[in-house]
Amino acid sequence: MNLTLYVWRQKNADDKGRMEKYEARDINHHMSFLEMLDVVNEGLIQQGTEPIAFDHDCREGICGTCSLMINGRAHGPEMATTVCQLHMRHFKDGDTIYIEPWRARAFPVLKDLVVDRSAFDRIMQAGGFVSINAGGAPDANALPIAKKDADTAMDAAACIGCGACVASCKNASAMLFVAAKVSQFASLPQGHAERKQRVEKMVAQMDREGFGNCTNYYECEAACPKEISVKFIAMMNREYLMATVTR
Amino acid sequence: MTTSQSSVSFTTASVGKKVLMAITGILLIGFLIVHLIGNLQLFVGQEQLNKYAETLQSLGALKWGFRLFMLILAVVHVWKGVVLWLENQRARPVGYRREDTIQASLSSRTMIYTGLLILAFVVYHLLHFTVIATNPEYAQLKDSMGRMDVYSMVITGFSNYFIAAVYLIAMFLLAYHLSHAAESFFQTMGWANEKYLPKLKFLSNVFAIIIFLGYASMPIAVLLNYVTLPGGGF
Repeated sequence: MNLTLYVWRQKNADDKGRMEKYEARDINHHMSFLEMLDVVNEGLIQQGTEPIAFDHDCREGICGTCSLMINGRAHGPEMATTVCQLHMRHFKDGDTIYIEPWRARAFPVLKDLVVDRSAFDRIMQAGGFVSINAGGAPDANALPIAKKDADTAMDAAACIGCGACVASCKNASAMLFVAAKVSQFASLPQGHAERKQRVEKMVAQMDREGFGNCTNYYECEAACPKEISVKFIAMMNREYLMATVTR
Repeated sequence: MTTSQSSVSFTTASVGKKVLMAITGILLIGFLIVHLIGNLQLFVGQEQLNKYAETLQSLGALKWGFRLFMLILAVVHVWKGVVLWLENQRARPVGYRREDTIQASLSSRTMIYTGLLILAFVVYHLLHFTVIATNPEYAQLKDSMGRMDVYSMVITGFSNYFIAAVYLIAMFLLAYHLSHAAESFFQTMGWANEKYLPKLKFLSNVFAIIIFLGYASMPIAVLLNYVTLPGGGF
């Protein structure tokens, strides 16, 4: 299949950047979207042109590194799919595809389609952990956890921190990411001790990073490759309110 | 994590601002319900509506206290709404060339616009029926007991097609705003989960439709001559 690509090209963080047109020829429909870009880049390298920079790592949908806005959708048109798991069979011969980086003040573009997501790391550093006195590993069943709580925590922990929630949110809000992390810890007994400080610190850091505010569009939930539910945002709001009221 | 280094206070934190929006919003919704029940006395008749209006006016300090409370609610709701919107604009300085929407409803994406239009309507509505500044001739309307004839004022007002249209359009915008707002309240307060959220969305729409039908019934009844002026008006 042959495709026309419009790709965001930007030399570095200071460059203004622009959309550039590329033709992708003889693309196999079994390829992943990233493999399609690899083919385009091979061609660019042969022409002596700078290849398109994009983030990728595991290419099996679990690391959260790939991050492309494809035709206005984070991770492309398929639900619950990262770009690396998006296959070209979901496109038609002759399609025009717009490829852009995540857009948010808190995610500055470093080069082409690569953005700096270390704002997420700083939010995690603010409270996304459990402080423990590390000793010998406890017995697996020493701390009983209800199935329901374990399931809730696991659903929240499915977040791979890719930033699709921020990219797809009309307000560039990071609420789904922060909510998933806060809820994951709040659902488990190990996380209870620090839950109040945790939610306050993580929300404060989120605000400091310059993310937008949540206005309940729920677009994040639809874009999330791990299908994190917006119920976690409600859970975080509850955590935050409880922390504020009982401070 | 020992001492709290959080320097961001509740009212300026993102989640806190949303809670303020939600609480002021739900109280304003409470007013909408009370106001609607009061206004629907138009259908009972002139005596009932004018007596009700007279009673409200006679409350004195309580009336002004209530008005002040409503003003504070409205100011906080509008102010925080505009601040949130401006911050959200700043959060994405460079937009997408192509932007798609999967499930964010149009009502959720137009809250700032419907909100500001409703604000403009509220100002007009107060000047029209409360201050009686836009149509000063209403002030001369008195009923047989010498009370302000609110009944005739409303019917005279809505007999004007232009005014009736403004009210109907405003009520549509209000209902559209509410269809997202009512559901949003529960999500922001943390009283939603995946089981209740779809139900809350549905009930939010039903509530918005009830509010629209309730308020729209009055100008429509006047335009259809279902309620008419006593003795041919002024």
